[in-house]
Amino acid sequence: MNSATVRNLLVRGMLAGLAAGVLALVVAYLLGEPNVDKAIGFEDAHAHEHEMEVVSRSLQSTAGLATGVLVYGVSFGGIAALAYCFALGRVGRFGPRATALLLSGCALLAVYVVPFLKYPANPPSVGDPDTIGKRTTLYFLMMLLSVLLAVAATLLGKRLRPRLGTWWATVLAVAAFGVAVGLAYQFLPAVNEVPKDFPATLLWRFRLSALAIQVVLWGGFGLLFGELAERQLNPKPAKAAAAGRTVPAAR
Amino acid sequence: MAQTVAQPTATTPVVPAKLPLSAIAPWAVFFGILMLVLLYFVGAEQGATSVFSGTDVHEWVHDARHLLGFPCH
Repeated sequence: MNSATVRNLLVRGMLAGLAAGVLALVVAYLLGEPNVDKAIGFEDAHAHEHEMEVVSRSLQSTAGLATGVLVYGVSFGGIAALAYCFALGRVGRFGPRATALLLSGCALLAVYVVPFLKYPANPPSVGDPDTIGKRTTLYFLMMLLSVLLAVAATLLGKRLRPRLGTWWATVLAVAAFGVAVGLAYQFLPAVNEVPKDFPATLLWRFRLSALAIQVVLWGGFGLLFGELAERQLNPKPAKAAAAGRTVPAAR
Repeated sequence: MAQTVAQPTATTPVVPAKLPLSAIAPWAVFFGILMLVLLYFVGAEQGATSVFSGTDVHEWVHDARHLLGFPCH
């Protein structure tokens, strides 16, 4: 019974992730792609040797982009649904919908915003190909660290709650998270590989569009998954209302 | 305040039951790993490390990798 609930939530999480991925894809295509194209224009104007195109630009910016964003949406949807199964009923007096939105807000922060503030998204032509190993390691390390710290802060908040009450336990847990993230920012090496004459406005716009994609993805996921989870976990009012309307037509 | 008994059919916030960890664990292990592998292929394959040789995977998801914030060449 419980295992079936987990399975149903997981399936709904992946579906909500896919749908949120479609929303994020629209934002990525409309807001992000113009900046990618401009950055590639800069790269071509400054490149010493021209690389051979393996996949054409028109495919990269449509089917390729869609593959990446949708797989990303489904994967994080699944992971978030599993985290949701753990969080449900364990993080305070929140119903299924509120828990989903709270979880996806925290996920946006922990999975994306915190690593982004230290190692922001970079458009093509920003980044030295020789340091890709180091940059990949640092980015995933920052992501892992941020998620672990967020989990630790949640557990700390739960521990403090009986002594300090919900408000101060939450304030202290969030403050502890902030201090720990600040220390990580301070001690992890900085990466600055922006070419000298790369347009600052283009870099800013690219990074804003990257952030917008994530806000839409996680915001959309939280709302959609919350609704699906609510209907699965508290089906009574919806079922009674729906039964009254659909039963004569269905049978 | 909002949780009055007068409207039981309205969406009153009910704290949902906890799911036991033993029910979550098998799904979390199997699907968690599967999802992480998918994320690896979108975010890092043929960048810092390669499972498949060549650059096809990297080039195919190139734009997504940049726009999703992953380091890309």
